Amino acid sequence: VYSEGFVPADIFINNEWQDSVSGKVFPVYNPATGEQICEVQEAEKADVDKAVQAARLAFSLGSVWRRMDASERGRLLSKLADLVERDSVYLATIESLNSGKPFLPTLFVDLQGTIKTLRYFAGYADKIHGTSIPMDGEYLTFTRYEPIGVCGQIIPWNFPLMMTAWKLGPALACGNTVILKPAEQTPLTCLYIAALIKEAGFPPGVINILPGFGPTAGAAIASHMGIDKVAFTGSTEVGKLIQEAAGKSNLKRVTLELGGKNPNIIFADADLDLAVEQAHQGVFFNAGQCCTAGSRIYVEEPIYDEFVRRSVERAKRRRVGSPFDPTTEQGPQISREQQNRVLEFIQSGISEGAKLECGGKALGLKGFFIEPTVFSNVRDDMRIAREEIFGPVQQIMKFKTLEEVIERANNTDYGLVAAVFTNDINKAMTISTAMQAGTVWINCFNALSTQCPFGGYKMSGNGRELGESGLKEYSEVKTITMKMVAKNS
Amino acid sequence: MNSQPDNDHQQQSDNGCNHQIPNQNHKSEHGDRPGMQALPMPVPDPPIQYTKLFISNEWHESCSGRKIPVYNPATGELLCEVEEADAEDVEKAVRSARAAFQMGSPWRSMDASDRGHLLNRLADLVERDRLLLATLEALDSGKVFLMAYFVDLMATIKTLRYYGGWADKIHGKTIPVGDGQRYCHYFTYTRHEPIGVCGQIIPWNFPLMMFAWKIAPALCCGNTVVIKPAEQTPLSALHMAALIKEAGFPPGVVNVVPGYGQTAGCAISHHMDIDKVAFTGSTAVGKLIQKAAGDSNLKRVTLELGGKNPNIVFADCDLEYAVEQAHSGLFFNQGQCCLAGSRVFVEEPIYEEFVRRSVERARSKVLGNPLLPGVDQGPQIDQKQFNKIMELIESGKREGATLECGGSPWGQQGLFIQPTVFSNVTDDMRIAKEEIFGPVQQIMCFRSVHEVIQRANATHYGLAAGVFTNDIDKALTVSSALQAGMVWVNCYNAMSAQCPFGGFKMSGNGRELGEYALQEYTEVKAVTIKISQKNS
Repeated sequence: VYSEGFVPADIFINNEWQDSVSGKVFPVYNPATGEQICEVQEAEKADVDKAVQAARLAFSLGSVWRRMDASERGRLLSKLADLVERDSVYLATIESLNSGKPFLPTLFVDLQGTIKTLRYFAGYADKIHGTSIPMDGEYLTFTRYEPIGVCGQIIPWNFPLMMTAWKLGPALACGNTVILKPAEQTPLTCLYIAALIKEAGFPPGVINILPGFGPTAGAAIASHMGIDKVAFTGSTEVGKLIQEAAGKSNLKRVTLELGGKNPNIIFADADLDLAVEQAHQGVFFNAGQCCTAGSRIYVEEPIYDEFVRRSVERAKRRRVGSPFDPTTEQGPQISREQQNRVLEFIQSGISEGAKLECGGKALGLKGFFIEPTVFSNVRDDMRIAREEIFGPVQQIMKFKTLEEVIERANNTDYGLVAAVFTNDINKAMTISTAMQAGTVWINCFNALSTQCPFGGYKMSGNGRELGESGLKEYSEVKTITMKMVAKNS
Repeated sequence: MNSQPDNDHQQQSDNGCNHQIPNQNHKSEHGDRPGMQALPMPVPDPPIQYTKLFISNEWHESCSGRKIPVYNPATGELLCEVEEADAEDVEKAVRSARAAFQMGSPWRSMDASDRGHLLNRLADLVERDRLLLATLEALDSGKVFLMAYFVDLMATIKTLRYYGGWADKIHGKTIPVGDGQRYCHYFTYTRHEPIGVCGQIIPWNFPLMMFAWKIAPALCCGNTVVIKPAEQTPLSALHMAALIKEAGFPPGVVNVVPGYGQTAGCAISHHMDIDKVAFTGSTAVGKLIQKAAGDSNLKRVTLELGGKNPNIVFADCDLEYAVEQAHSGLFFNQGQCCLAGSRVFVEEPIYEEFVRRSVERARSKVLGNPLLPGVDQGPQIDQKQFNKIMELIESGKREGATLECGGSPWGQQGLFIQPTVFSNVTDDMRIAKEEIFGPVQQIMCFRSVHEVIQRANATHYGLAAGVFTNDIDKALTVSSALQAGMVWVNCYNAMSAQCPFGGFKMSGNGRELGEYALQEYTEVKAVTIKISQKNS
């Protein structure tokens, strides 16, 4: 249910709504219909400069934000969580409208994830402990975990709200100030959060939200000399540009959450119903637009045919349609460009000789829908087995031995997540130890929570978000050593 | 209820205590205290709604039918009667707490983050009822209302929120193990599990704050609780029980059983089905608790006991500030603090000036009805404490200390004692050795760092210590050398939910608050799994 409501469409700097310096705006679409929703002020380098000034001022020594008790920072985050909870139906509605996500999963997954993340890091604000250290010599040493400073944060369009919370939660808990750029496709909920940030009572300049494009606003953030840290979630390709820009400019700290081509390994002894359903959800969730998508399914030979048969049956039952229909499981892809890219991958699969079991085509006249698609007889050298598709396309491969599947699963530049389905504790432990992946799920998939660290090995990223690990990425450690006169244990 | 002593009458000072409004001299450290105009006012004629035992989220009468009379120590008047828990009632409470702790119960199967959310909700409710709770606390304990409002209530709310945040951050570890044999491969992880049913026995000096200190870490870690407030001050705890139910804690998770130490307290510490006991109170009773635990089921024990805390003032310090901090460090809460800085060691060059100013400061205290604005010292809690303090004051005089001011009861009714300062105190006097728990300040003279460290540590207690100096070497040397769980440098009573609190030596066992308290409410389980092949 959505009605006319307040959808801010301006740049948020210093707790104020501002027009872009250039006067430019950009259109925002509903991907289920292809229709324009509204126009949003477009931030570019000049706006980023303004935001950096505001964030830098808010971070200066003696500022309200720097002098605030850590527990009070936590209270503010907690209040923000309460406000998101208050407005969760409205936020879920805008999120669905703008991203094409089905409304109910948005309410239950994205909104819950957002609220819980904010509450979790609210609780951490006054629990970021330094240590005192028994140093050699007549000294007393202790450490302080200090905020890094102004943090640039660039987030993607697949989970606009949740990524906002993942980014803001730890940065603010640690006492940083933030310049956050939502994706140009999906700025609306992020801007609504800006309004709630102001309502919660964060001091001006602590959080600044700048909708804009990667090559302009994003590039300005990544190469800015007044930004101390940049955190990016998005493609591996752009992640490399970000790290390069950081190196070229001021060696700002970089954390990256990038792509994945995640193996999901199913042994013959697994609970087959559970494994089929989890593998299905693991790749098709959010129309396949997940960096965690389990897009390489390795199935042990004895159950391979049956697994394919059931997976196809399940994919055929998947309901694709309007995000606001309560029975819809799958909405549109985010844009025409993404839709075409996914369809092109499907063609390459067909031409390289994989067996198209179902789907494979665009769906409907309006909007950017794609049929749930399953490929069997996929070989590891095919493009659909190597590249991130970011769409509703499932690849099912066959394996014979444990050693073989470990080797094949790890044979990728990515290393975000992996899963294994088996009731054999030894197989579970061996696989989970051997996988080169930041997250391994055993008999489950996409079991994410704010308490557990998340991030990638290899080219899936740098650093970790969420959990206690997330705090490390937003603090500098300062070692303070004092000369003592007479030391005692 | 509307029988509080008349303002003008009670604020008349006798024996030289002048009665200026003390304005900000005794202000709390909390930044949220508004200007005088906006000061909160106590709830007039506060309703006392809850006088029964709270077991399984229901109100129960005591099995014996007995009741505890609850008095207002400022007037000696009876406030109400509260159901008196005895061994039989403790038994009921333990059964309820045990049932709530069963595997598969709502409490055991709840997400940790939801436990945290319940604690946060409880904090919100305390905030909502802050005026009423502060009024009840002041009426029941004789605490100055504004102190109750700004210090006790603030700390209660913050403690609940602090542990609300910990609930889903209590991490076990994964551990690389091996026994050196080539083909033995293991994987080990630890889980920090709740201990079980926790008995908690709290004192009358900070009834609400101690309630929060005890239940918050226990609940955060997933335990269930049987808590006994002191017989003198059960009212705020019973109000908290109602809020616990309102917040939505499942039945049996928290049970509140007001009663006496010798009966209900004894039943808790001896109980075979209570897994842990936490006690705050006197060292004498603390020893009994530990004995009872040993005698029964070896339940885990944490103790926060007495103190005879040294406060060391060097000649190079900011004198005015040190005098004020030493004053409030001792006189806060009528001296009824385990933290009271009751041995003030002052370096010789400034000794006389320090004494002079301390006396002047003590004389400026305004005694009276703790509900009235401007009053900064209320009554002692009961006749027994009153007599004990008066007896110790007499011993001080007899043993040759100089009584600089005070030393007598004050007022026509209630249990008030004049702010009392002794100088020329020697370490062997009873007032320098025993915990007085009253408004009596002892000031001693010292000459060297080495000497003062020796003297400060020459006690069975080891709770807190203060040192005032601008010399970084002295500050570090003294803070390293003192045998005390907390050392304050250029401050006193600087406590917060984030920092651990507890005693060396006979001041206790274990720590409350901070991350450290979580250790006292969890059992560590190491789970080791044989695996077929180990890799780093």
